[in-house]
Order: sequence, then C-alpha cells, then structure tokens
Amino acid sequence: MALVTISKADVEHVALLARLELTEEEKERYTQQLNNILGYMEKMNALDTAGVEPTAHVLPMQNVFREDAARPGLPRELALHNAPQAQDGMYKVPRIV
Amino acid sequence: MEYEAVIGLEVHTELKTNSKVFCGCTTAFGGEPNTHVCPICLGLPGVLPVLNKRVVEFAIKIGLALNCKIAAFSKFDRKNYYYPDLPKNYQISQYDLPIAAGGYLPIEVNGETKSIGITRVHMEEDAGKLLHSGESISRSPYSLVDYNRTGVPLLEIVSEPDLRTPEEARAYLEKLKAILQYTDVSDCKMEEGSLRCDANVSIRPVGSDKFGTKTEIKNMNSFRALQRALEYEIQRQREVLESGGRIVQETRSWDEAKGITVSMRSKEQAHDYRYFPEPDLVPLVIEREWVEEIRRSLPELPDARKERLIRDYGLPPYDAGVITSSRDLADFFDRTVALHPDAKTVSNWVMGELLRLLNAGNLDITRSLIKPAGLAELLRLMDQGTISGKMAKVIFEEMFSTGKDPGTIVREQGLVQISDEGELAAVVDRVLAGNPGVVEDFRAGKERALGFLVGQVMKETKGKANPGLVNKLLKERLGSN
Ligand SMILES: [Zn+2]
Repeated sequence: MALVTISKADVEHVALLARLELTEEEKERYTQQLNNILGYMEKMNALDTAGVEPTAHVLPMQNVFREDAARPGLPRELALHNAPQAQDGMYKVPRIV
Repeated sequence: MEYEAVIGLEVHTELKTNSKVFCGCTTAFGGEPNTHVCPICLGLPGVLPVLNKRVVEFAIKIGLALNCKIAAFSKFDRKNYYYPDLPKNYQISQYDLPIAAGGYLPIEVNGETKSIGITRVHMEEDAGKLLHSGESISRSPYSLVDYNRTGVPLLEIVSEPDLRTPEEARAYLEKLKAILQYTDVSDCKMEEGSLRCDANVSIRPVGSDKFGTKTEIKNMNSFRALQRALEYEIQRQREVLESGGRIVQETRSWDEAKGITVSMRSKEQAHDYRYFPEPDLVPLVIEREWVEEIRRSLPELPDARKERLIRDYGLPPYDAGVITSSRDLADFFDRTVALHPDAKTVSNWVMGELLRLLNAGNLDITRSLIKPAGLAELLRLMDQGTISGKMAKVIFEEMFSTGKDPGTIVREQGLVQISDEGELAAVVDRVLAGNPGVVEDFRAGKERALGFLVGQVMKETKGKANPGLVNKLLKERLGSN
C-alpha cells in the first residue's frame, strides 16, 4: 500500500470541518504530528491480518437493547441551565449561515 | 431533443414508538419546547445511548414489507456535521451495513404496474427543530432551538433511480405511506413532519442509459408539493440544457409559495461526514427466528388487500385501489360490509358520498363522525324502502356533520318514504286529473311527459313518495305497460 501523507491543506480542511481556528504555527505542528501517527499506522499495516475477522466494535458484545418505555426526562430549567443564552424555553444560538 | 427524467426518492419517516431511539424520552408530538429531553438526547458529556428494541423491530418489519433482505449483521455509525439542531455534532445513523437492503415496491400509474427498487432501509435519529428570528435562516441574527424531536427514531428509505415521471414519484410515495400505515410503524403526517421526502433528479436524452448530473430537491411537504417541485425542476433542467448550459450538482429547496426550486448556499453543502463506526453502541446480530416472527406479524398489505376486494367482492380495480390506499378507509369498508354484505353498494357510498365529504372538509376517515354501523343502517333503510336513494344522500350528509344515527334523522325530519300504495294512488290520481294536457301528450307518444308527472307526484308528497311505486302506478293508469 502506498504511504499516505497529510498535507497542510488536509489539516486546514479537517480544521474547518471541526470548526477549529488554527494559527500557522499550529497548522505546521499538527501536520507533522498527524503524519507521525500515520507513520505508526504503517507499522501496523506490516502485520499479517489475513486470517483475522474485521470487528465493528472493541467489545465482544452484541444486541444490547432497552424496552420501549418512556420515562420523564430533565425539567426544562435544568435542561437549559448550562445554555449560554436561552429564550422562550429554547436554546438561543447565533446566526447560522 | 426528447428528454426523460431519472428520479430517486429518499424518504424519512418517524417511527411510532413510545420512547426515543437511544433514551427514554417520550416521542409525543407538540410538547412545550425542551420538555422531552434528557442528558442522552441533549448529548451531555459522559452519557451512553441504549438502543430501543422496538425501533429494530419496526425497521425489520418495513424491510420485509418492502421485499428487502434483512441483514444478519448490522451496526450504527456516526455521521459528523455541525448544525445547531444536532446537539452532539454527529447523528447516529447507519452507513455501510444498513438493517435492510435490496427490495422493491410495485406501483401503479395509469393502469400500468412498475416495480421500483428499494436500495436500502436504515435506522437513525431525528434532529431538533430550529425557529428562526427573521423571515429566513440567512436573515436571522439568531435562532431558537427545541430539542424535543432530537433522538426520535427515523427510518430512511432510499429508492433506486427507477422513477421516470413526477406522477410515478407521487405514486411511489403514496404507496410507501400506505405500507407504513398498514404496518402501523408511523403516523405519516406530512404536515407534522413525520413523513419527509427528498428527491434526486436528473434528465437525459430518451434512449440514453447514462445518468445526467443530478440535483437534490428538499423541503417538499406534501404529495402535491413533491409533484409540482419535480415538474418544475425537470422543466428547469431541460431549459438549462436546451440553452447550451450545464446542470450544476447542488441541493435546491422547493419554494411552495413561488412554485420554484432555489439553489441552497454551497456552504450548507460541505458534505464530508467522516462516517465511522459508533463506538457507544455494540453491533446487531439479527437472528432469523426474530425475522420470521416479525414476518408472521405482518398484516395484510395494500396490494393483497386490493386483490382480495377485487376477487371476493368483484370491485373494479380502480375502486379497490382507492379503498385500500389507506388502511383506515379499507377497515371502514370491511367493517361496513360485515354489517351490510352488499359490497358494491358499500363501495359506491364510500367512493362517492363519503370521500366527497371527507375531501371537501380536508378530513381524514378517522375523524369522520360516520361509523360503519351508521352507514350499514342507512343502506338497510334504503333496501327496506323506508327511505329513497335521494333521501339517503340527505341523511348521509346529516350523519356526516352531526354523527346522529340514520334512524334518528329519519324520525326527526319525517323523512320516511311513502310506500303505501293506496296513499300514493290517491296522489297519482289527483295529479293525472289536474294535468289532462300532459296525459294527452304522453298518450301521443311523448315519453318525457311521464317524467313531468312523476315530478308532480314527488312535489305533492314533498319528495317522500317511493319513486319506483310512483312509476308503476302512473304506468298502470296510463296503460303503457
Ligand atoms: Zn432523551
């Protein structure tokens, strides 16, 4: 498999998706760090996993359900307690677009 | 150049469970804002979702009703994006291993049956509701968020791009709605948002097997809106291509008031969801016995029911199709026929008077004051000759608006038909004596004169004379038998 590398443009794109504002210095640093992490992945790629089933979860568990019963949630005052701003019983958020 | 449209629909339907998909908050519609919320659906730190078993059951049920294969192994994934209606900044959805896939739904348009492929059915959670302070999102200095709907279970049902006309798209959505209602997994109230539909549309020259560039249409809140939006968008794309332009792949919003689709800002379309397996939920291993148990619990579905009405009652396919388009209407029909076994007459009344009044009042059959027992009793009174067909229609309207039973209305309004031969004969004789000229005309061969005489008898009796008996008496006296 070809070596995957991360460019500064990739970091800027991911930062935008994650709503992170990075300085130029941070962009350089994270590009380097993310490439180090990918380099470690390359090491793992060297392992032979031909006979190993892919897993969807780290725990050997399946089918954990709850029954369909409603129960009271939070009182509204508590639900809104940590909201920076609220109005008319709703969370108030700044301009969206 | 002749173009054809290629349409695929993505339908989201809220499931009729008691509690949300990953927490115990109620799914009830219309509560005070932010009163159906808890730390889990608000996405507070440190909480864990636990899957509602009934959501999986409903998803399997719909998968089976849409002829899908049910996955033996399925899992949830995180779809990441930032929007204020999504408190966790990701939606728990299903990406590469949906619960059901590879099905089909037969639809009928203009008497022709066509099978529409179902790509997949997957489970996910609904988002909250935004209330914008300005007249539109871009003109709002701030917005208010209600998270009551956050975490209400949704099924997303994706069709193959097999639809070719707006009529087919509408027929598909109507059929899908009927199935969701028959299986009792959703209320499907488009006006409350419990059934929502997006469309992918492109056009191509007739005969081509390549796809053109598609646009995604959102915000169609009724069957009519779906059809109008598709008609508009197909025409718009045709005009772009015919004037030498090219279609831009984008999301467009249907503006109901203006009757047009409008491009949504590209900023809202930065689709890079970075799906990854949801670490907070363990995978699903679906036992075949469970699937078979759910299959056995499936009710008679619309197509089977339609066939039964045609086969058992000899109803015309069109009538059977209309009656079975809604489970409630079909139930009303079946219950009435159980009490009054003349299915064709019941069908005529359901298709005629009942649907006319329901449509005029924009009402649903479940809100109708007329019950099967009332309609059966009305038809019995007509069969017995107590009331005429004309009276029955008047009484039916009264039943529809007041919910009174027909016997009461007959008594209150003195609507009993005169079927006493002696009493009617006296009226007939009086009418004949009073209209010698008309009698002459009839004897001279003017058949229409008879109608006038019948009318006079009805007038004398204030419409209560039994019409069949009046005809018989007149003909006897005029010697035309
Ligand atoms: Zn909750």
